Amino acid sequence: MNLRSFRTAAWLGWKIESNWTDPFLFAVYSIVKPLSGAAILVVMYSVITNGNFTDPLFPYIYLGNAFYMYVGAVMTGVSWAIIDDREHYRTLKYMYVAPIRIPLYLIGRAVARFLTGSFSVFITIVFGVLFLHVPINLAEVNWLLFIISLLMGVVLLALMGLTLAGVTLLLARHGDYLGDAVAGGLYLFSGAVFPLDVLPAWLRPLGYAMPITYWLELLRRSLVGSVAQAFPSLSAMSNGQLLAILAGMIVLAAVIAVITFRWCDYQARERGYIDRTTNY
Amino acid sequence: MSAEYSIETEGLGRTYRLRENKKKKDQPRELVALTGVNLQVQRGELFGLLGPNGAGKTTLIKILTTLLGPSTGWAKVAGYDVHRETVKVRPLINMVSGGESSGYGLLTVRENLWMFSQFYGMQSVEAYKYIDQLLAEFGLADRANTKSSDLSTGLRQKMNIIRGFMTGPEVLFLDEPTLGLDVGASRDVRSFVRRWINENPRRTLLLTTHTMVEADELCDRVAIINRGRVLACDTPAALKHELQQEAIFNLDVSAQNGLEAAAFEALPGVRKVQLTPLDGHSQLQFILAEESVLSAVVNTLTQRDVTILNLTKREPTLEDVFVTLVGRSMAEEEKVGSNGNGH
Repeated sequence: MNLRSFRTAAWLGWKIESNWTDPFLFAVYSIVKPLSGAAILVVMYSVITNGNFTDPLFPYIYLGNAFYMYVGAVMTGVSWAIIDDREHYRTLKYMYVAPIRIPLYLIGRAVARFLTGSFSVFITIVFGVLFLHVPINLAEVNWLLFIISLLMGVVLLALMGLTLAGVTLLLARHGDYLGDAVAGGLYLFSGAVFPLDVLPAWLRPLGYAMPITYWLELLRRSLVGSVAQAFPSLSAMSNGQLLAILAGMIVLAAVIAVITFRWCDYQARERGYIDRTTNY
Repeated sequence: MSAEYSIETEGLGRTYRLRENKKKKDQPRELVALTGVNLQVQRGELFGLLGPNGAGKTTLIKILTTLLGPSTGWAKVAGYDVHRETVKVRPLINMVSGGESSGYGLLTVRENLWMFSQFYGMQSVEAYKYIDQLLAEFGLADRANTKSSDLSTGLRQKMNIIRGFMTGPEVLFLDEPTLGLDVGASRDVRSFVRRWINENPRRTLLLTTHTMVEADELCDRVAIINRGRVLACDTPAALKHELQQEAIFNLDVSAQNGLEAAAFEALPGVRKVQLTPLDGHSQLQFILAEESVLSAVVNTLTQRDVTILNLTKREPTLEDVFVTLVGRSMAEEEKVGSNGNGH
């Protein structure tokens, strides 16, 4: 029954995500939005470095930014379902009364965002390879590492999303900003747009404490190994060490997610927040 | 289900903490929505909770459906504690709230219903068959493939009612199910509810309403609830029987400034008086200890030069029971409640 609920939640998520009057517009939006985001970064990079696209920093930034789209898609996708169901569709209470595991339902709802996010990431990377000379050589890609890292990252982001969803349950107002705020904070300190070496020494531990840092590093290494290792912050670590750290952090994220969600869920029922709407 | 009662509560209470309003420091910080509720609903029973808006009916349903924790006491549904054993309770129940437009508007009626059937573990083939049967029964068959956002509030409400019944719950909670429905649709729903409960003795239904007719017509037993307290609980007939020894009169009288209910309350044998100013005249409703008291009432009116336009004696209703218990009609109580005690 859990699998059936998960599948149904994913189906619902897809229906909501693709609820565009014109599929063509939906497709265009899915391409234009990520490319516009990437273009802003490329222009900024070009201005700062006088168009030095051969520096290893460029693929570092470009790939980091591309894969970071998953953070917004999966993590906030999970927590957004709480706001969407409670405020917009007013169905959260019916989901709670139903014999489903709410965390599984929420993760299922984010599957559609993962799929559309994957499409955006793919388009962005293809654009980078074709037009901006991001040095990805398909023959040299470590596919096994890439797939393992990607899957681990998705699990990690889903767990982080679940933690966020728990907190969102307790936020009657402005819960929708929480996901953006967390994603924005992580963007700065997880090596997505610049290596940790750029951060002041006292801020670097923050970057090392974030699992997304290791996840992005593994993805970069799997696609453009030599470039990714050009920065000293994590280059001393082997792929195996990075995977082990990431795995450990996923376990920790799972423990935090389960404890936080259960506590918030209990508190939300105690305070009567499950079906509270704000009408704003 | 091995429990003796489908629904059982003891000393159930719920207090909401209110946000502090810095500008109005004298406002209360707590709101008591339910207090000391003891109920036993037997399997197979269609049980009604009757009370004005803000009486605590929805709070009670929220607790019983595991959505809200109680502040005091305990509640069991199908033998399981609703607070501690939520996982065991949920497969056995379902709920429908009236007067709201919940649902995924981008899905069709059939898709909405199918989706919920999946959450209850129904096989798709079986679910579709039952959905189509219920859609036909509720007159929604021709709207099966309409997006629910394109439905009127009433039709959407019907869809939600189907969602509640569709999953075959042992205990079903209907919170004001006919709110927002027209007279015909309300009648259809009431008749379906009665049929559904009669079809299977294992089913139990708890229904909240502030419509007297609904409670009277439909329910095996009714609990009258006001300001979070259960004031009386019995069959509608038994509740009304208490009043049958008394005489209830409605008098339409000419409009008269200064006419006050208090003038009649002092008369011996007058139990309750309600004065309702209407367009061009007033209506007085008396509950008298016996018919002979009416002559004193008429004398009082004559002394005040009030003309009696119409006088009728009628059988007691649940509204009269409520008036006797609370001292006000439900409408009046709602007005009082909305000035600070509603929830």
